[in-house]
Amino acid sequence: MAEVTTAPVVQEKEPLFGKKERKLITDPLTDNNPITIQVLGICSALAVTSLVLPSIVISVAVIFVCAFSSLFTSLLRTRIPKSIRMIVQLVIIATLVTIVEMVLKYYSYPVYRQLTIYIGLIITNCIVMGRLEAFAMANKPWRSFLDGIGNGLGYGVILVAVALVRELFGKGSLFAGSPAEMKIIGASPDYMINTLAEGSWFGWYSNNNLMVLPVAAMFIIGIFIWIQRSRNPALVDVS
Amino acid sequence: MESTNYVVGFTLAMTVIVALTLSSLFYGTKDQVAQNADVFNKRAILSSISAKLDRPVADFSDEDVLSLFEEKVEQKVLNMNGEEVDGIRAEKVDIAKESKKAEEDRQLPLFIYNAGGEKIYIVAVRGSGLWDAIWGNIALQSDFTTVVGASFDHAGETPGLGAEIKDNPAFAKQFGGKKIYKDGEYVSVGVIKGGAKDLAYEVDGLSGATVTANGVDEMLYRGIKYYEPYFGKVKG
Repeated sequence: MAEVTTAPVVQEKEPLFGKKERKLITDPLTDNNPITIQVLGICSALAVTSLVLPSIVISVAVIFVCAFSSLFTSLLRTRIPKSIRMIVQLVIIATLVTIVEMVLKYYSYPVYRQLTIYIGLIITNCIVMGRLEAFAMANKPWRSFLDGIGNGLGYGVILVAVALVRELFGKGSLFAGSPAEMKIIGASPDYMINTLAEGSWFGWYSNNNLMVLPVAAMFIIGIFIWIQRSRNPALVDVS
Repeated sequence: MESTNYVVGFTLAMTVIVALTLSSLFYGTKDQVAQNADVFNKRAILSSISAKLDRPVADFSDEDVLSLFEEKVEQKVLNMNGEEVDGIRAEKVDIAKESKKAEEDRQLPLFIYNAGGEKIYIVAVRGSGLWDAIWGNIALQSDFTTVVGASFDHAGETPGLGAEIKDNPAFAKQFGGKKIYKDGEYVSVGVIKGGAKDLAYEVDGLSGATVTANGVDEMLYRGIKYYEPYFGKVKG
């Protein structure tokens, strides 16, 4: 009987949550944010951020799609024919987005009806495909998965932050449409600050309609970019 | 570079796997999704008469909605002459399809809510918003003049702007108590940009969503008028 001896495989140790792995999650939240630094996914950030609740749902959907499309692309990265790799990536993304849509229809039909077109638009969200091309095609599955989660989160953080500002100043409420709805300021006794109340200090206040329009998101994202770059000049593009 | 056979093989395998996954998911969820859609539509119809219900429509469970509909709501389908069409239930009428037909061939769904001797007639209307279709249910008292309430929905209006016709309960609430006849003449309920002036017949538009609001205005004027022949027959 010939003994089968396998040479000990020398492998670089890859911990599940080493320093590098943690950076994959945290970097997109700060110094490599997909929206403010990579300037990807702006289109949907303008469109869905007028209210907080849809922004949260879209963020969760993007995190899911980003993470799993990165995982599947990375698993297949050595098999995908180079000539059709973008088509393959798109098929993976579109399949996941369709699954998100079906799950929403099944579990929360009203939310699905509220977001219909925006769910479909995740397919065209540049962040997802951008990360597949830039990261998942060249990295191992676990790291790609983390990169997907990180970038989805980085996108979601900005989305929700923009929505908080827009909903508060545009509508006077927060989380409208969810059970946690808070009516902050407005001209009726339902609101925490009733601008019509006698002796109110806020009699001059009215909602800013500009905040409801998509352009407001443009300004707010611009301000975020400004703040981020003045705090960390290394991020300033010197071209 | 991969061989052509490999590329074709890869594409085929991928297509088959994706198609199988999605179609099995679709069939697995189909029945529940159909029921969700049914409950969703009935909830919308009921919210047009929320003034007559003992609690907010949101507090009704899915079963409550279906059983209330079964017990208290009578369904009729009308043709454009106001005559009843037999053999079809109003909930099966697809207004999206009907609105593509020539006007004289359309069928109109009518829901009649029976509440303690009182009858409330709920008519369905459909029109265009800024991006896509909008539709709604308008509940009328049995004098066919006074509006009990309304509910609206849309296919793709902007959240926070046009989508407010559905998301902002204050918009639909304005319709309660409005009249659609002024001195015997049909006027519908006007949706007015910059604020209603004639409070008996008009409601406020939506700031930032003028096109959607105008769409609602047009949809109401045209849509409720379709039911006029029937109103005339019932009133005698």
